Amino acid sequence: MKDPVNRRTFMKIAGASIGVGALFHVAPLLGASAGGRRIAALLGDKNGEAPTPFSFVQLSDTHVGFSGPPNPLGTQAFEKAVDLINGLRERPDLVLFTGDLTHDSEKPGEHADRMRLFQKIASRLKVPLIKSVPGEHDAGLDGGKLFRDAFGETHYSFDHRGVHFIALDNVSLARPNVGPEQISWLKKDLARFPTTAPIVVFTHRPLFDLRPDWEWFTGDGDEVMNALAPYENVTVLYGHIHREHTHTEGHATHHAARSLIFAFPDPETGVPKKPIPFDPQKPFQNLGLRVVNEPGARAGSSPRIQDVELTLREYSGTVGIQQLLKEGVSL
Amino acid sequence: MKYARFLALLLLLALVVTARAADGAEESRAIVITAKRFEFVPSTITLKKGETVKLVVTSEDVTHGLFIRPLKIDTDLTPGETQQITVTPQSAGTFTAICHHFCGAGHGNMKLTVVVE
Repeated sequence: MKDPVNRRTFMKIAGASIGVGALFHVAPLLGASAGGRRIAALLGDKNGEAPTPFSFVQLSDTHVGFSGPPNPLGTQAFEKAVDLINGLRERPDLVLFTGDLTHDSEKPGEHADRMRLFQKIASRLKVPLIKSVPGEHDAGLDGGKLFRDAFGETHYSFDHRGVHFIALDNVSLARPNVGPEQISWLKKDLARFPTTAPIVVFTHRPLFDLRPDWEWFTGDGDEVMNALAPYENVTVLYGHIHREHTHTEGHATHHAARSLIFAFPDPETGVPKKPIPFDPQKPFQNLGLRVVNEPGARAGSSPRIQDVELTLREYSGTVGIQQLLKEGVSL
Repeated sequence: MKYARFLALLLLLALVVTARAADGAEESRAIVITAKRFEFVPSTITLKKGETVKLVVTSEDVTHGLFIRPLKIDTDLTPGETQQITVTPQSAGTFTAICHHFCGAGHGNMKLTVVVE
């Protein structure tokens, strides 16, 4: 029998939201109608848990401890992002940090101090759950030991409201690799799920060849994506490149988040790989969260952070999540 | 007796000439590269399309990497070890080699320009 549910209705994500790399709305209209509830129930039967609406935030590349000409303000952008998230009307369930939480230091005790400072700032986030993966500046020099001491394992998975989240570590081997041991773990982890399961992978480096000569790649990223290939709803969130980027290949959509310390230019413009110079007139330009209009905000109300760039992106980081309910999904 | 000595000398000469010819056929230009935090020395090397060269690469401090996707070079550089990498570029252009073994705060700036004429 033909499914009477008009899925297109449920692909409409809840209007404008926070910009790419920030707030992700997961199935916000599920439950808003009988049809939506039915789809949720069907996905639940198939996947073991029905997705329910929630939102989460991705933050990246805070580089706590960094100080230099590209950003002499240290942790200010990070702290502003925390304030912004805490001021959201719709409190996210979860904040994901996609690596380079800290800037490395070989001065004894200094890197551990930077991790503690990161934790102190992150602990101000009024969200139920904070998860992170390391970047090479966190874990590249010691194989991830300090990171594990401070934050726990560097790769793991968990489920949240019907979405399977997978944290992948592509930095602790010093080279840009995930490594055979972790790929084997990933395959076992995925084997528990049907191909319809909504999956969010978060990692530091891109899992595809974005710009290998800028070290924007993962050597065995194709093996990771091959393991994920049978799954129909895969979103990969990553950092490392300090700028936005969206890439779709097969069933997977990859989103890069902005940094909270400095931005890199677009390599396609032919410029060298150097941080975009700091502009004291616009100290947070190109960084972190971009405020659009908070859903439900009063017309004409000011964004909470005046000096964060205002940009509207129609897809608002929800493209991958929309795949949860894409047309033609096999139920 | 003199004739035998003459023959022996002739044989030795022939062997030396053959050995040198063989050496010459196998010997390729060598380019010595040193990796150290956070640079390659020299910072630019020039190769010729179709010419086989030997890159003799060492690290003088910590483990570095040498990665040039277009030339299919992907190796670690461990201090105290010398890597000899034979390469024959098939296309002209300017390529950027990077250190892809994280070596510290300036790692992202560690590059080697490879010009293939």
